Amino acid sequence: MSLTEQEIVGALGMIVYEVTDIPAAEVTLDKRFVQDLDIDSLAMAEILVEAHSKFGIEIPDERLRELSTVKDIVAYIQQEQEVAR
Amino acid sequence: MRGGRRRVMVTGLGATTPVGGDVATTWSALLEGRSGVSGLGGGWVTDSPVTIAAKAAVDPAETLSRIEVRRLDRCEQFGLVAAREAWADAGLGEGGVDPERLGVVVASGIGGVMTTISAYDSYRENGWQSVSPLTVPKLMPNGPAGWIGLEFRAMAGVHGMVSACASGADAVAYGIDMIRLGRADVILAGGTEAVIHPLTLVAFAAMHALSTRNDDPARASRPFDKERDGFVLGEGAGIVVLEAEEHARARGIRVYAEAAGAGCSGDAYHIAKPNPSGEGAVLSMRRAIADADLSPSDVVHVNAHATSTPAGDVMEVTAIRKVLGDHPVLTATKSMTGHLLGGAGGVASVVAVRTLYDRMIHPTANLDELDSAIVADVARGEPRPLPGAGPVGVLSNSFGFGGHNASLIFTGV
Repeated sequence: MSLTEQEIVGALGMIVYEVTDIPAAEVTLDKRFVQDLDIDSLAMAEILVEAHSKFGIEIPDERLRELSTVKDIVAYIQQEQEVAR
Repeated sequence: MRGGRRRVMVTGLGATTPVGGDVATTWSALLEGRSGVSGLGGGWVTDSPVTIAAKAAVDPAETLSRIEVRRLDRCEQFGLVAAREAWADAGLGEGGVDPERLGVVVASGIGGVMTTISAYDSYRENGWQSVSPLTVPKLMPNGPAGWIGLEFRAMAGVHGMVSACASGADAVAYGIDMIRLGRADVILAGGTEAVIHPLTLVAFAAMHALSTRNDDPARASRPFDKERDGFVLGEGAGIVVLEAEEHARARGIRVYAEAAGAGCSGDAYHIAKPNPSGEGAVLSMRRAIADADLSPSDVVHVNAHATSTPAGDVMEVTAIRKVLGDHPVLTATKSMTGHLLGGAGGVASVVAVRTLYDRMIHPTANLDELDSAIVADVARGEPRPLPGAGPVGVLSNSFGFGGHNASLIFTGV
């Protein structure tokens, strides 16, 4: 069963908290990972490893560059879930 | 200055060891002769001839943040804990030293081996996407130096020495050189290690290097004793703050001791076995004494490498007698802490400095009967007052697989 946008944001927020200590509530759709949440490339890579384990998705490097906001990642996860169905 | 050369002082100490989570508790446990060795518990290690080790008395997770514990390998965690204590002890705080004049030389003999093993397990079980991007920063042996440099903004140079069990002492030796050469005014120097894992345990056991006294852990590490049968693996870190004399004077900070000299040598003999003649150890000790501008008679005490291996302890005492004669009082910190490998030289430096500062030598534990091949005055039973008066010298030895020898000399101020 696919997760809703809200559920994905919540789970992503927990991952961001686990990796960086940034409160999950700060992870909202409009936030940019680097500029707004101050997440560096190494922490971002950690978040993606955790996201892979949580959502079963893999984001190729060439796509990653296009995904700068929480909304971008959430949309990507939703899209992959659709494909899986 | 002395003889046209900058003098180097020790102004801060930090340690986390199997007998205490900081310098004060470590030092009091050593004076009491309390062992930090214990059984690893049923199920922790199977199919191993060795089931004992000296785990750190205080888990670093108790003092570090959750994120630090996540991002740092255990050896990096120990290093950071000890470095913070040393930094605070030296009163450096904010602005105590210009970052461009601050350096770090912190060793690990092996690096983040536990990270390496768990990352490989993860890779095999769950594929490459499961491998943490922190794997490399956690496994690299220079990782502890890197994190400490980051914490205190050290910009004069950040180095990690790798010379097995001589690493920590080599780090202090290099730190002394950096200050003398004018490359830095303050150096955080020492070593850290965290390799208590089933694989490392059986790997050292495969070399027949470890004690198999599993039924009596607290008495397993027994340097110089007739019944010793190998070393006990330990973990933790020891860091000293080395500071140029004029820099320390200008800050008006308490000086524990002078880091008066260092000597290093290579055995050129065997990859793991000590040369029974002690030639390499003789060279490192003689070089340290000459570097400190002392005479052998000035060195009243040796904090021996003394790991409790049958061959190593005899070799070291043979070498000490060749260089210093019979007068110095010896002690073996590893009788209680076990062997911290790359961390050992850092902890030994902290202990040697406290010995000078408190003028008290901690006893060697478990020395019931001196090996007949060892002729030495070893402190045992009770702490022994440091002999002599005035600025006497204390020598600390560290030797490592690979034929690395490092001797350090600290003098009272």
